[in-house]
Amino acid sequence: MATETTGTASACVGPDGSAIGMPQLCVDWMPNQIFWLLIALVAIYFVLSRIALPRIATVLAERQGTITNDLAAAEDLKQKAVEAEEAYNKALADARAQAQEIIARNKAEMQVELEKAIAKADAEIAAKAAESEKAISDIRASAVESVEAVAKDTAGAIVAALGGQADDATVAAAVDAQIKG
Amino acid sequence: MATEADGQSAGGLVFHPMDQFIVKPLFGDGAVGMFTFTNVALWLLLAVAAVAALMVLGTAKRATVPTRSQSVAELAYGFVYKMVEDVTGKDGLKYFPYIFTIFLFILFSNFLALIPTSFSPTSHIAITAVLGFGVFIAITALGFIKNGVSFLGLFWVTSAPLAIRPVLAIIEIISYFVRPVSHSIRLAGNLTAGHAVLKVFAGFGQIAAVSPFAVLGVVAIFGLEVLVAAIQAYVFTILTCVYLKDALHPHH
Repeated sequence: MATETTGTASACVGPDGSAIGMPQLCVDWMPNQIFWLLIALVAIYFVLSRIALPRIATVLAERQGTITNDLAAAEDLKQKAVEAEEAYNKALADARAQAQEIIARNKAEMQVELEKAIAKADAEIAAKAAESEKAISDIRASAVESVEAVAKDTAGAIVAALGGQADDATVAAAVDAQIKG
Repeated sequence: MATEADGQSAGGLVFHPMDQFIVKPLFGDGAVGMFTFTNVALWLLLAVAAVAALMVLGTAKRATVPTRSQSVAELAYGFVYKMVEDVTGKDGLKYFPYIFTIFLFILFSNFLALIPTSFSPTSHIAITAVLGFGVFIAITALGFIKNGVSFLGLFWVTSAPLAIRPVLAIIEIISYFVRPVSHSIRLAGNLTAGHAVLKVFAGFGQIAAVSPFAVLGVVAIFGLEVLVAAIQAYVFTILTCVYLKDALHPHH
């Protein structure tokens, strides 16, 4: 084996620098590989267990805490919102009831006043009607009287015109008898 | 690819799909000793750097609303944490840092290995066997420490008829000792095969007529390898969790 020409002094490398068989099975190299492997593993273990793992565990725990707190706060706020909505609905219902009450009261008051006004108007109308009726009956009475007087005068004049002689009492009695008939 | 060019000039189609797995020193031309700074060392340390970049620099802000990198780091954390919790139960969470170490190491090694001209440590049986047997030995020891001799109840299937329990015990014991072997060979084999196939397809690029298909093949296999990189890290980790569950709760 011309290992000295390739520079890699090992029974596992041929004179042209290529591997003889599987380099994996070359016992010459194993102590070196194992040594560096152990160094690498120990280094990774210490980096992880001393620095990385506690840090990540802390971060994860903190995040879990933050999430839990935020969820609790959100739950609180939600509860408050529900309460506020309930208060609002209650206030709305109260206001509605109050409005209904006021409307009903106003209606009743208006009804009373209206009835009063109607009654007053009715009374006035009745009074006016009675007055008018009286006036009408007066006028009617005076008209009848006038008709009687005119009839008597007319009858007296007609009798006189016909050359008769009639006293007023007779004429009046005759006219009265005619009118009543 | 100097060797492939040489091969072509000699008149033949030459593949060296395994050359990418050669371990070589990065400084100087000496032999590969135990402490030599090799390409293995470089890519292992790059994996460490990548893990640190994601898990430490990525989470540096500690933001309640995570940034993109922090989000990915938390995703990885949550993914493995939930896996350990689901598979082994609450008492397995004590071992979460070890399992997470293994997961991130394999994941980043696999993904860094997808960079062209990189070196893939997890394709080496020396690496995966240390992981696989490390897990096996640690979990077996843990099983005896936690449960004492009753850990052996794992092999005595009480739900089966008494007559066939000895047979089942033999099968269970064999399958238990095969675990670390399959655990490590599965990972190394998947990575080795995928990367070798990539190299073979690339090698076909030497022939002008088929090179478009070679490129298409490389693209397709690369996509597959991206999946394999993530899936093998997941498989290794979840099997570790399953074995850990057996150690913590050996009674079926």
